[in-house]
Amino acid sequence: MRKAGAAPVSLWHGNASLQGVDAVILPGGFSYGDYLRCGAIARFAPIMSELVPAARKGLPVLGICNGFQILCESHLLPGALTRNAGLRFVNREISVTIENDSSAWTSQYKAGQDITVVLKSGEGAYVADQGTLAALEAGGLVLARYAGGNPNGSVAGIAGVVNEAGNVAGLMPHPEHAIDALTGPGDDGLGFFGSVLNAVALA
Amino acid sequence: MTTQQAGADTVADAAATPDRQQPFRALGLTDEEYRRITSLLGRRPTDAELAIYSVMWSEHCSYKSSRTHLRQFGEKAPRTDVLLAGIGQNAGVVDVGHGYAVTFKIESHNHPSFVEPFQGAATGVGGIVRDILAMGARPVAVMDALRFGPADAPDTHRVLPGVVGGISFYGNCLGLPNIGGELAFDPCYAGNPLVNALCVGVMRHADLKLAAATGPGNQVILFGSRTGPDGIGGASVLASASFGGGSEGAKRPSVQVGDPFMEKLLVECCLELYQAGLVVGIQDLGAAGVACATTELAAGGGTGMRVRLDAVPLRDSSLGPPEILMSESQERMMAVVAPGDVERFLQICARWDVQATVIGEVTDTGRLEMSWQGAPVVDIPPGSAADEGPVCDRPAQRPASQDALQADDSSRLPRPAPGDRAGLRAALLAVLGSPDAADKSWVTEQYDCYVRGDTVLAKPHDAGVLRIDEETGLGVALATDGNGRYCQLDPYAGTQLALSEAFRNVAVTGARPLAVTNCLNFGSPEDPAVMWQFAEAVRGLADGCLTLGTPVTGGNVSFYNQTGGMAIQPTPVIGVLGVHDDVRRRVASGFGTDGGSIVLLGATRAEFGGSLWAWVTHRHLGGRPPLVDFAAEMALARVMAAAADRGLLTAAHDLSDGGLAVALAEACLTGGVGCQVTLPGDPFTLLFSESAGRAVVAVRPGAEAEFATLCAQEDLPAFVIGATGGTSLEVSEAFEIPLADLAAVHRAVLPSLFG
Repeated sequence: MRKAGAAPVSLWHGNASLQGVDAVILPGGFSYGDYLRCGAIARFAPIMSELVPAARKGLPVLGICNGFQILCESHLLPGALTRNAGLRFVNREISVTIENDSSAWTSQYKAGQDITVVLKSGEGAYVADQGTLAALEAGGLVLARYAGGNPNGSVAGIAGVVNEAGNVAGLMPHPEHAIDALTGPGDDGLGFFGSVLNAVALA
Repeated sequence: MTTQQAGADTVADAAATPDRQQPFRALGLTDEEYRRITSLLGRRPTDAELAIYSVMWSEHCSYKSSRTHLRQFGEKAPRTDVLLAGIGQNAGVVDVGHGYAVTFKIESHNHPSFVEPFQGAATGVGGIVRDILAMGARPVAVMDALRFGPADAPDTHRVLPGVVGGISFYGNCLGLPNIGGELAFDPCYAGNPLVNALCVGVMRHADLKLAAATGPGNQVILFGSRTGPDGIGGASVLASASFGGGSEGAKRPSVQVGDPFMEKLLVECCLELYQAGLVVGIQDLGAAGVACATTELAAGGGTGMRVRLDAVPLRDSSLGPPEILMSESQERMMAVVAPGDVERFLQICARWDVQATVIGEVTDTGRLEMSWQGAPVVDIPPGSAADEGPVCDRPAQRPASQDALQADDSSRLPRPAPGDRAGLRAALLAVLGSPDAADKSWVTEQYDCYVRGDTVLAKPHDAGVLRIDEETGLGVALATDGNGRYCQLDPYAGTQLALSEAFRNVAVTGARPLAVTNCLNFGSPEDPAVMWQFAEAVRGLADGCLTLGTPVTGGNVSFYNQTGGMAIQPTPVIGVLGVHDDVRRRVASGFGTDGGSIVLLGATRAEFGGSLWAWVTHRHLGGRPPLVDFAAEMALARVMAAAADRGLLTAAHDLSDGGLAVALAEACLTGGVGCQVTLPGDPFTLLFSESAGRAVVAVRPGAEAEFATLCAQEDLPAFVIGATGGTSLEVSEAFEIPLADLAAVHRAVLPSLFG
């Protein structure tokens, strides 16, 4: 966010206050160790009692990796994330195709654009029932899809989804590791952070 | 007379029943060592004291067989002003400039990883991370040097996926990037895999913490996980006995189980405690648990300590004093805290959901006293357990078979003649497709190398490179290397070659090598031939570090890596740390752009003893390893640093196992750009010799003359052998292989073996 021009504020999981921030990113990691289903405990963290209603009212929220899992567990996004098809952790540079360029997090991209980001997860396989999938596809709610091969067995190659209002997005790969060619595969990921600044400025 | 709870053998009981038989032999103590304890204390030890001495005087904790040799690292230490803390601390600390210091160390977890690969390897990561944390640093990355039995052996398919899975599970969850390491295979590791874990941490100079309990009246706080029965005598007793001989049952206590999320909380909690200035002294709990932490803290502070053992929070309420002292439950730390700071200390721990308990205080008595339900169960001078353990001057004898091994020169091996293009091609594909040289993505894809956002280079590059300071670009480079084959042929030279290679791997990225850590993996010290190998290796490393000007900052010895009568090849694994003034000027190992002229640096001799080619194509190990030439390594390093600084290079890759042939193939595959090369001499020798002190580089178009001048100034042999470009690896005297075909061979090996 700093690189995109915003001032990041750290929010504490045990403190049910959003401190008046304009947007929230739930980062990757291993909340509570993920010894249970990923994100299943984190959804009950005190901060979530504030975040969930705020997200329903339009606060831009992006869940990356474990954050995506938490958003699904919180039912802010449909579907769930399960063990990778290969049953092993996958750490790899990958391409995804941006499919929805009208969300709060993807307006700086063009639909159909391929970007290179980093996938690093053990439970990254997106699953959803047939009805949910049909609704996602029909509503244009698939945010991004894996390009050039499906690295983890996600249904329909789905790498990220967004809610109907376009403010809550979940993404399995990590755009924050693609903000500088020195420490990642390039800066294709910056668009997520630039997009939300536009969305916040317009709101 | 009052009745004590079972297991609570008090000091009074010990005085009253001097003749009670104690199971000291089962705990690994010799008759002589037991007599020494009795005379030290003037009575028989209590059960709790016996537990302390048995673990602290074990090979693992006391370095009794190695200590006389390891002194050379101090005696021959090069003059340096970069070392802020050295051998004897939890890890060495090196000044890297701008007020930053870096601490790094490598440690073995070999025996637990054979018994229970997943948890054994996972807790190996956890243990070394706490060592780094205990110095006051934030751990920022890990690496792993792994060695297994033959890649196609059934047991390797049990051990390797478990070890890699355990490292992945623990390191990824902890949020530490894994930036490199090694993976090698040899039949000698079939019953004794080597799992060596390295961690590096960063701090400001002022943040340095020492393991010393100072200030009588200060409180002793145990924090982190509760203490359970796991790993009692695990590392300490287990790692001090060979497998085999029918004693597995007695010598295989349970391997510890890791909780990486608790470790993550512990890391963040400790860093906040340091920041708040609440820590006087600190020690991690690893091998020998509370016994080790209390004795070392008290001995380090030159003080005494009083500990209430029944205050230790337990996961299993049936544990008594000896078990509590020996437990190797993971994710625990012990801190010394001023009485007025205890409340704030406990508050910060609570914020991180870390359990913290005052279990005792520092005294000025010079005694380590412990009580259990009010009765004294330990009363010893702490230094007698921590520092004054037994020292064995074990006999060392060069084995009679060494002469025959060295005489069995590789020159008799059939090899492709000049003009035998098919033979040279087959040799390249055989070597490149061997498990040792194969692409390691199957392993490294299971490790997060990006987390924390400061990883500049990771595998498959020669060294891991991390950014420390975003503003200046200050960073470090790290590499580990070992070569059991070279060391089997000549442990002195082989160790120096491992040092040379790690030094070179760091140097080719453009970093200045600064300091050394080591993990010395050997067979049984009770075998004079192994002891000779060990002595030679230590002498080689100490002499090498003196010549290179890079001090040994610390390390670890792992003995008893043998099953029955078969010892592993002597395998010192050497880690070298270098500094980058600006990581933006680092040089990566892959050919990434067309039109760069390719230069072979260093002298190539016909050296095939212990080479990958001889092993892969002839299963031959004999002769002498390549010549060690530290002057050439230093000249190469100076050229590389200057060239990186001036931006003259687009790629640089060191030459090691598999020689120029493998180096060129790797540089093409890593960067995705081919090359055309013409060799200045005998093709086979130039392609497959493993002469040290060499690298292959791609020069930025327009910088050729400046680079040539730089090499000439350092008298570094430099041969322009070709140019980057195209989609195949083309060596005019030997082969032209499309990169897609090379990649297929290189990348298929591990997936086809391990799924």
